Amino acid sequence: MTAPPDEPRGDHDPTATSGSVATRPPDSPGTTRPKARATRRPGDVVFSGLSLASGLIILLILVLVAVFLIQQGWPAFTADSEEISGGEGFFGYIWPLVAGTVVASIIAMVVATPIAVGIALFVSHYAPRRIGVVIGFVVDLLAAVPSVVFGMWGLQTFAPQFVPLFGWLEDTLSFLPFFEDGSATGRTLMTASLVLAVMILPIITSVSREVFLQTPRLHEEAALALGATKWEMIRTAVIPFGTPGVIGGVMLGLGRALGETMAVTLILSPGAFTWNIIGSGNNTIPAEIALNFPEASGLRLAELIAAGLVLFVITLIVNLFARWIVAKRSEFSGAN
Amino acid sequence: MTTPTQSPDHDIHHARLDDVQGIEPSPVRPTSSRAQWLAGVGAIVLFAVLWQVLDLHLALAVSISYLLFLAAVYLVYRSAGGRRVGLDIIVRWLVYGAFTLAILPLISLLWTVISEGLPVAFSPSFWTEDMTGITGLDDQAYMEGTASLAGGAGHAIVGTLMITGAATLISVPIGMFTAIYLVEYGRNNRLSRGIRFMVDVMTGIPSIVAGLFAFALFVQILGPRDAKMGVAGAIALSVLMIPTVVRNSEEMLRIVPNELREASLALGVPKWRTIAKVVLPTAASGLASGITLAIARVIGETAPLLVAVGFARNWNLDMMTGPMNSLAVYTYDIFTKPLNPAIIDPSRERAWAAALLLVLIVVGLNLLARLIAKLFAPKSR
Repeated sequence: MTAPPDEPRGDHDPTATSGSVATRPPDSPGTTRPKARATRRPGDVVFSGLSLASGLIILLILVLVAVFLIQQGWPAFTADSEEISGGEGFFGYIWPLVAGTVVASIIAMVVATPIAVGIALFVSHYAPRRIGVVIGFVVDLLAAVPSVVFGMWGLQTFAPQFVPLFGWLEDTLSFLPFFEDGSATGRTLMTASLVLAVMILPIITSVSREVFLQTPRLHEEAALALGATKWEMIRTAVIPFGTPGVIGGVMLGLGRALGETMAVTLILSPGAFTWNIIGSGNNTIPAEIALNFPEASGLRLAELIAAGLVLFVITLIVNLFARWIVAKRSEFSGAN
Repeated sequence: MTTPTQSPDHDIHHARLDDVQGIEPSPVRPTSSRAQWLAGVGAIVLFAVLWQVLDLHLALAVSISYLLFLAAVYLVYRSAGGRRVGLDIIVRWLVYGAFTLAILPLISLLWTVISEGLPVAFSPSFWTEDMTGITGLDDQAYMEGTASLAGGAGHAIVGTLMITGAATLISVPIGMFTAIYLVEYGRNNRLSRGIRFMVDVMTGIPSIVAGLFAFALFVQILGPRDAKMGVAGAIALSVLMIPTVVRNSEEMLRIVPNELREASLALGVPKWRTIAKVVLPTAASGLASGITLAIARVIGETAPLLVAVGFARNWNLDMMTGPMNSLAVYTYDIFTKPLNPAIIDPSRERAWAAALLLVLIVVGLNLLARLIAKLFAPKSR
């Protein structure tokens, strides 16, 4: 009776599951030496084949997304610059949209981050455990509300509230380029950004909450034992431990804000790019697509698809950066 | 190793509190928690005066009272307990404030949706009729009180169910088998790491890009004129749904104890039967709940359907030909393009009713997911 040769029992990577004894995974064919009783039943072949195929389909879908967007959007890159909307070529068409998208998302990120971190701390370190669970559910609910409903609420209820504030900003801070003609309807980039901030709160909160909850108990207790107040404990133990995770969550939220369509489409009254964020004007890539797609055809269609491609690339970069930061965290989190 | 410029998380492993950057220990005296509640009462009174008597904007009144409250609490606790206590208490109330600030939009939103949507959302005709032949004149008659609200969202409700159902049929097998590959077969090899990475990338695809992809795909096959159809919408939603299904399922399969697999394999059960008869049933409740959450995530999507399926005013039960409608797109369409530009109220009522149905569906699915996870959890532990 020989023990199975290369199936170490207790010490394999805990993330890898079940050391299979009866069969081997299909991707490591036993080329080195024949192993005992590795019968491959037809059911196994079919099942592992299906699993592998599904995984490959995912790879294929992602490639296809890029291929089809490039293929259908290509005419916009090669057309004469006069034929593109605005008459200044594709770059001239896309940059104000990119700028609008980026500005809106960054405002949303800046507003949402401190609040999200506050809620995450509230759930992880301030609220009683039971209440924390309930609040987690409520915040998840915020994530579940469809974006079109956010847009309608933002337009009908939220935006009018800002008209006095915009008027005040216009009167007192008009020496800044951001605050010029205050909108009378509230349908501005500022309003849209604030609604985006509400929409990305849940994702930043849930990521931050997870990492805060993982703070090593010993670090926290050590800080408290040294006489730290609760805030000093959070500052010396929780925040340093959680920062990379929070940054990752913020970048994920930024990715979501960049791609968010309906809220901006409904709230913003679009126009050319301007630094004035409390007046009408500006537009974002997703809103531009949603507004114009239903009636578009021919080259205009290609333009919009190419704009979608640009958006895809931007969000891809932001998301990859976010994943990279989150992955890096596990390298130096040290404690667990 | 340690230099003064290094981040504090390297210091805390070997530091005393007074070595930690930015903290200067100063004496801390015991304080009573009563003062903050007194200040709270004062702030509420101040708010009431500002709001009702001085007639300030609600938000302005709240902000002023909150800031003054923070300042008062800080000063009181600082003088009573020392600088560090003052800081501690102010952070506590900032955290509470952040939480309240986030809850307010949710309450306002739910209130708007419910109060605006309730009158129409549950009238039978809204569920059964479509918008064929409904014009601004019908809305005018409705406003004059000579007719009831014409038309409904029946076609959109059915469209949402069909498109989301089809998307689920596409996504669940692909997502589940991918999760099975990642957990049971891949075992962290290069391909499974690649797939996991791609799933991460896919999670970040903006929903409108998913719609553009599906549209571009069907333009490629059928030409631009016939590209918009229900199946295209289902494919767009699948692109958004598959990553959620994979991640949720993967997590659930991972927590199935290895002992169960080993026991089954040791009895000579083939691996595929072990997965099908032991692993999947054990994880069933988690898988079902994950799938429900994935459905909830996509059922309210507007942008991809707007792009890939388009609008329709009439019933269209054929997913292979022509535009369909869905609740989300219906909501957007009727909200932004009222039937009668001069009389927008009836259209708004329809839009909010559809929005209320959407919110109810999404919240219901979220609750259902929790219920499934709780009720059908494995009873081994």
